[in-house]
Amino acid sequence: MTAIDLGATNLDATKLNADKLFQRKRMGAFAIPVVIAIYLVYIFFAFDVPGLAGRANLNNAVTLASDSWSYKVHVTRDNRSGDTSYAIEGSRKGAYPEGQRPDWVSGDEVITIDLGADHVVRYLPGARTEIEIPGFQMIEVRAEGRSLVTNLPEDVPDWISASDRRIGITTPEGRITMTGARTEVFNYFPGWELFWFTLDSPYHGNGLAAILFGDRIDPDRPNITGAVSDWWNNAMWRHKDVAWAIGETILMAFLGTMGAAIIALPLAFLAARRFSPIMVLRAATRRLFDFVRGVDALIWTVVLARAFGPGPLTGALAILITDTGTFGKVFSEALENVDQKQIEGISSTGAKPLQRYRFGVIPQVVPVLLSQILYFLESNTRSATIIGAITGGGIGLLLTQAIQTQNDWEQVAYYIVLIVLMVMVMDWLSAWLRGKLIGRST
Amino acid sequence: MTDASLGSTPRGLDAIRDSYMAQVHRRRLYGGLALLIFVVLMASGFNIADDRNAGGFWSGLHQIGDYPADVLSEAWEKRAELPGLIVKFFPALVETVNIAAVSTLIGAIGGLFLSLLGTRGLAKWPRLIPLFRRISDMMRAVPEIVIALVLIFVLGGGPVPAMIAIAIHTAGALGKMFSEVAENADLKPVEGLASTGATWSQRMLLGVLPQVAPNYVSYALLRFEINIRASAILGFVGAGGLGYELRNSMAWGPGRFDEAAAIFILLFGTIVFFDQLSSRYRNRLTEGQGQ
Repeated sequence: MTAIDLGATNLDATKLNADKLFQRKRMGAFAIPVVIAIYLVYIFFAFDVPGLAGRANLNNAVTLASDSWSYKVHVTRDNRSGDTSYAIEGSRKGAYPEGQRPDWVSGDEVITIDLGADHVVRYLPGARTEIEIPGFQMIEVRAEGRSLVTNLPEDVPDWISASDRRIGITTPEGRITMTGARTEVFNYFPGWELFWFTLDSPYHGNGLAAILFGDRIDPDRPNITGAVSDWWNNAMWRHKDVAWAIGETILMAFLGTMGAAIIALPLAFLAARRFSPIMVLRAATRRLFDFVRGVDALIWTVVLARAFGPGPLTGALAILITDTGTFGKVFSEALENVDQKQIEGISSTGAKPLQRYRFGVIPQVVPVLLSQILYFLESNTRSATIIGAITGGGIGLLLTQAIQTQNDWEQVAYYIVLIVLMVMVMDWLSAWLRGKLIGRST
Repeated sequence: MTDASLGSTPRGLDAIRDSYMAQVHRRRLYGGLALLIFVVLMASGFNIADDRNAGGFWSGLHQIGDYPADVLSEAWEKRAELPGLIVKFFPALVETVNIAAVSTLIGAIGGLFLSLLGTRGLAKWPRLIPLFRRISDMMRAVPEIVIALVLIFVLGGGPVPAMIAIAIHTAGALGKMFSEVAENADLKPVEGLASTGATWSQRMLLGVLPQVAPNYVSYALLRFEINIRASAILGFVGAGGLGYELRNSMAWGPGRFDEAAAIFILLFGTIVFFDQLSSRYRNRLTEGQGQ
């Protein structure tokens, strides 16, 4: 009887407990999403997301998106001298040689620019410009000193922005800007023009087959060496500098990671309880690891850049110092977990301490160490890109510069593609090496 | 019989020993060659880096301490103002930590979906597994700075570009780690739930998540540590927070070293604090798993 009573009260108590537990779990299931939602609402206002719409510049996004896969040819007239120049991307490096111009420009006295789809711009003598746009009146503009005289009505459609100093017209076929000093027409074409050869190279406009198998194009040089050298020294796309920059970035990652591993390994022995009997030394090494890790690559970069100046070495050293801390921590943890039996076996043969480490400990920890090092090699390629942007070296710097100049978005797109490819190749390489060195299982 | 076997043994032993020694020699040779290549790579790499650097390694080595010494001495002279500066820069610190926290949160949610959709046995659309894996690879491969710089151009400076950039990278990185965990999840609860007619989201929520939650949270915490550093660095290229303040105070040079020192202290303290906090929770989570 008593036993059953006891069982009943026990059962009640258990049930009560279970109910409470479930209630708590249910509360948790609701509370966690609610806390996350509240936090996101707080962030929404703390980061001023509502104000973002005002600050965001959608025009920038449109230029970026359209420029990244197309190039533009500038036809510029200096309104004072009346000279007209033609240049790809408006850059001196992309200028057409004297006496040459795109085939959609014609006329000598009156220069007619055919943008396509019946959009025509005419540069008339006397700093006058005529613009024909289908479905709109003929636009006439005359530059007088620093101001412009036009026949545009008071209220213009939103693809025209007009003041008496500057007129901008954006059409699907191209863009026209006019100021007192100059009139400029941008004609857009898809692709990355001049990616292979600039206009001053004799190989520009020749196909691959013509270069490989055709007649000698430049009488002074064989086709292939000439073409490769002109491509390599392309002033617009700077393939040589880009290759060097990628090399620098990978070099930073490699030097930093490997150097850190070399320095961290002996220090890790000092920090591991099994190998370092002196408590003070152990604690000191660990605090050193924590310190260099905590200071972080950003601060190391800033400090080292003062001593060594900008460049890849500074980046490599910043990675090296930070990762020495990380590796030291990881390595010493791996060393604490080694199996004592192998060390005993080695010492039973009369091995000295150094030999015990070499043959008893190292073979056990090498797989862990290698996989960590290779993982960091890949991740440091990304860090090196970022550090390069700060310290001034590598592809990160090129990317930052290209974004800051704000006009060569196709180069930005090119650098982004190269960076992503570089990281993916390093990722693949590190996975492949890991497979080769320590087997697939790890 | 015995004679024959006795006679043949030494010869067999010799052959084995010879081939063993040959193997050892070959292995040592390969090991030595690999070491040699490695040393050459390191040395030449160091020389190239040294050549392309603005200042040389050996000439700069004794100057390493100069800048920290300048900063520290100036900060020490103005030590009375230091608490005030720390208070002044505290909002920037909060912003840096918030960027890291939100991007970890969003990235973890994104990584969760990427991992569940990209794991064999769990995916909602098994045919699309390679697609989700490639998406996660791509997101992982893009360094934060690339997205951040482009977004700063479009959206203007501030925390949002950094947040989006870090969140995208985090989603990719966590997607990979999460799916490695999810691959080892027990499928029986999922099958049991499927037999009751549970939908895909119910199966994931009730069948998979409870199994993988400790590991997921542990990985997310590790990412949070990494993201605090990333958010400080992105601030340096114009994305707000502590890094941005650091760049400004650095641009001023001497005279503002006390500000730089205050920011150094805050950054160092934050990183160490969150490292300790997260490693404590991660230890607890992984220990809890063993029970």
